[in-house]
Amino acid sequence: MKIDRRSFLSLGIGVAAGTAFSPLPWKLMDDVSIWTQNWPWTPVPAKGESTYVNSVCTLCPGSCGISVRKVDDRGVKIEGMKGHPVNQGGICALGLAGLQLLYSPDRIKTPLKRSGKRGEGKWVSISWDQAISEVAGKLKELRTGGQAHTVAGITGGGPNTLSRLFKRFLAAYGSPNFFNTPSIDNSYRLALQMMNGATPDATVGLDLENTDFILSFGCGLLDGWGSPVHMFKTNTAWRKTQARVIQIEPRLSRTAAKAYQWIPITPGSEGALALGIANVLITESLYRKDFVDNYTSGFEGVVNASGELQKGFKQHVLDNFSPKAVSEITGLDPAAITLLAREFAKAKAPIALFGRGQGKLPGSMDEALSIHALNMLMGAINQKGGIYALPTPDCQAWPAVPPDAVADSGVKEPRLDGAPSDVYSRLNQLPPAVLSGKPYPLNVLLVMEANPLYTMSNSKSVQEAFNKIPLVVSFSSFMDETAQNSDLILPNHIYLERQEDAPLPAGFSKPVISLSKAVFKPLHNTRHAGDTLILLAKGLGGSVAEALPWKDFEACLKQAMGDKMESLQKTGYWINTGAVFPDGKTTFTTPSGKFEFASSAFCPGFTPVKIEGDASYPLLMIPYDTMRLASGYTANPPFDTKILEETILLHQDGLIEINPKTAQSMGLSENDRVLLQTPRGQANVLIHLEEGIMPGVIALPRGLGHTAYDAYIAGKGVNLNGLTGPIADPLSGLDAAWGIKAKLSKA
Amino acid sequence: MSNSDDRTQTVSGKAAEASSTNKPDGSSRGIIVLCFCIGLVVSLVFGWVVFPRLLYSRKQQPIDFNHSLHAGLVSNGCESCHFLRDDGTYSGTPKLAQCIDCHQDVQGNSPEEAKFVEQYVKKGIEVPWLVYARQPDCVFFSHAAHVKAAKMDCVTCHGNIGDSEHLKVYEQNRISGYSRDVEGASLIGFKKHTWDRMKMDDCSECHQKQKAVMGSVQTQKEGCFVCHK
Ligand code: SF4
Repeated sequence: MKIDRRSFLSLGIGVAAGTAFSPLPWKLMDDVSIWTQNWPWTPVPAKGESTYVNSVCTLCPGSCGISVRKVDDRGVKIEGMKGHPVNQGGICALGLAGLQLLYSPDRIKTPLKRSGKRGEGKWVSISWDQAISEVAGKLKELRTGGQAHTVAGITGGGPNTLSRLFKRFLAAYGSPNFFNTPSIDNSYRLALQMMNGATPDATVGLDLENTDFILSFGCGLLDGWGSPVHMFKTNTAWRKTQARVIQIEPRLSRTAAKAYQWIPITPGSEGALALGIANVLITESLYRKDFVDNYTSGFEGVVNASGELQKGFKQHVLDNFSPKAVSEITGLDPAAITLLAREFAKAKAPIALFGRGQGKLPGSMDEALSIHALNMLMGAINQKGGIYALPTPDCQAWPAVPPDAVADSGVKEPRLDGAPSDVYSRLNQLPPAVLSGKPYPLNVLLVMEANPLYTMSNSKSVQEAFNKIPLVVSFSSFMDETAQNSDLILPNHIYLERQEDAPLPAGFSKPVISLSKAVFKPLHNTRHAGDTLILLAKGLGGSVAEALPWKDFEACLKQAMGDKMESLQKTGYWINTGAVFPDGKTTFTTPSGKFEFASSAFCPGFTPVKIEGDASYPLLMIPYDTMRLASGYTANPPFDTKILEETILLHQDGLIEINPKTAQSMGLSENDRVLLQTPRGQANVLIHLEEGIMPGVIALPRGLGHTAYDAYIAGKGVNLNGLTGPIADPLSGLDAAWGIKAKLSKA
Repeated sequence: MSNSDDRTQTVSGKAAEASSTNKPDGSSRGIIVLCFCIGLVVSLVFGWVVFPRLLYSRKQQPIDFNHSLHAGLVSNGCESCHFLRDDGTYSGTPKLAQCIDCHQDVQGNSPEEAKFVEQYVKKGIEVPWLVYARQPDCVFFSHAAHVKAAKMDCVTCHGNIGDSEHLKVYEQNRISGYSRDVEGASLIGFKKHTWDRMKMDDCSECHQKQKAVMGSVQTQKEGCFVCHK
């Protein structure tokens, strides 16, 4: 008996037949298909009973109330908090993705000390004791050597207890160099201060729910301006009341697309258009004469410092801003300007708003004053549907900083940015001062809840300035660009792990404070930055320790919130329901005792911001903001990057918007790779043809082009800030830039 | 025969010889048939007997829970322990917190209870129960819709587990990761009771029979996304 090939074949056929008549192949097929629908590595929510913890989102200046759904200790979802006065249950894409920040594998898990060259990414873990003693040791050494003023602190957080504590720490230590990150909020405050006599700590209140005509000079009302979710809710309300949004900007943003009317004008000419509208209002006597006559000064004339009567706002506008003159600046038809002014005047409660996009940059003060003058002409000050100064809810005063010779002489030194006080810190002036070493070199920089290396324009010089600072300490919970270029990282808890008060939501109508709670126990060996500051003060001892006498930040917060703490802990927020805003009262502290159109110190005019770039750059590049891209201290979480359109990010490449006509004249078509050059830098981008952008203008989004954080965001697109630079505003010293000249060439 | 390959390659003139060697004789035909049968039988045995054993791993529950004993002690039937939460979600297997109400200390003389109190209650550790009826994560199933709205009883889907004195072995599919109770004991889909299997076909069988609304509660429309969210 021989076993040959045929026997093998027949064995095989037998096996095949037997298998076919057994459940094996069919069951396997079914199981494998079920397996593919349930990849074991795909994370699924934990099973169990859901519990909710109310807190507040501080990922942007919106301060929305949130409800965090948890199953046991695991966070499952963040939802908008129902009944919260700011967002009424709504939430944005960034707020929704907050859990990805919490559970990010790339968080900084313990204090770190640089072991390689700066920026090289080599770190050693150190204990908290060592971290505190190293920083305190260095600070002590400088203080003893009379160099306390050469320490600076930057915070990106809004005005809340933590930043007040940070400022107090620096003051007690002896440094005048406390910096917050300026935004459009600063321009609003300053405009209210100059024209309406608001106190410097008052924020802008906007009674937007009651307006019926919104003249928006480029404000991304639906693109993340003010308190974003609140703005969405307000927009829904506007639909019902048939309020009209007139969007004036060179690009068809989401806001423009959903507005009643979109008016594209020459970029940077917004201030001129406002004055052109003012001209029509005055010429045709459409303004609120009773209000202007009774409550304002500087309209008819201004008495200057030497006692002479000068032209007032009215004459100034009549002389220089006729619709025809304005038409030449803005590119708008004179008849369109007149029509717009008449519509504005016809409305019951019109309001004019400024702040381009999300209002990330303070912008030109002249422009702010010119636009705000429209509110004054229509009497929209301190009235229903108007604009007013919201007093900062009073916090329980902390005991005064104990007097100390070193601190006293330190804080008397000039600030590095040349600003008179920290109320309007000119962060954009810090890098040049550091680079020049004047008025004095900066020895230590403490960075809290901010990422200046990414968010400040002219990244190259910011990086050079950083290279000159001997010690950079970051409090970041993420390996952001700044943390990566620091020497020591003392990681803070993230917003879901720490208790603190949220700043007033931007552009809201009422003073409201929300309490951010420790929804989760800290996942890593991080520490509340407030506690770190208190420990640093203790390490420094003496008067600094006395100035921060609290056991921990919680005690400090309790003292600051006083009797509000109870309501904060119970409902998650405190709102001043007793007071009515706007209260219609006319309380001014301007020199004239009235709202001022103009004074000896200022008169709203139109001084175009000198955009950088010569004739070799034929295009104008403007930034744009979208709700799908976080561009501040928080980088875009993976979920949000996933929902970016392919017109913003295609694989790893960022896209630049250009009008098809402009593109055609340059021989460019969709998705062509081009080299984008500006006087500040260059980058490779892809072309995106967009009818909705004015010819000659190109637009790049904010929020891409990270070099740090994690693999989900780093190396995607281009950082706009590497291509732009700041332009100091003559009135405020803040960054007035709105764009930069640019050119494109085929790459 | 063994060198037939060489022949077919080299022989062309000796066709007769070649063909005679290529044709199986009687004994080799028998071998071929035998081989076929062996292959058939082996693979059938493998497919029907060995494969199912390989496919499922067999796991013992951490504690041998006595349903029948407990059912006699509680007042509200199954729902005493397996209840719907206030928000309509289903609580599933009880958590330690529920058991502790009675089992702070050992109550009776069952060694399983002693083990439970010793290893879990005293240490505050949740019992890692293996859930026989756990549907894949791609399935959305609402107990409230079935038990409350359609007034179905537990037995229809879960069988008489409430009367059992011991917990059976938990068989887990090594590929899909799911319980054999969901997939059905019979690999060819044979079933006698409604609770023998809990796959999609079984859902639709009942839905069709009952002419139940298969649509989403919100939209009243049918579609994949009613159950596969
Ligand atoms: S709008 Fe801002 S505060 Fe509100 S949820 Fe979004 S990120 Fe958070």
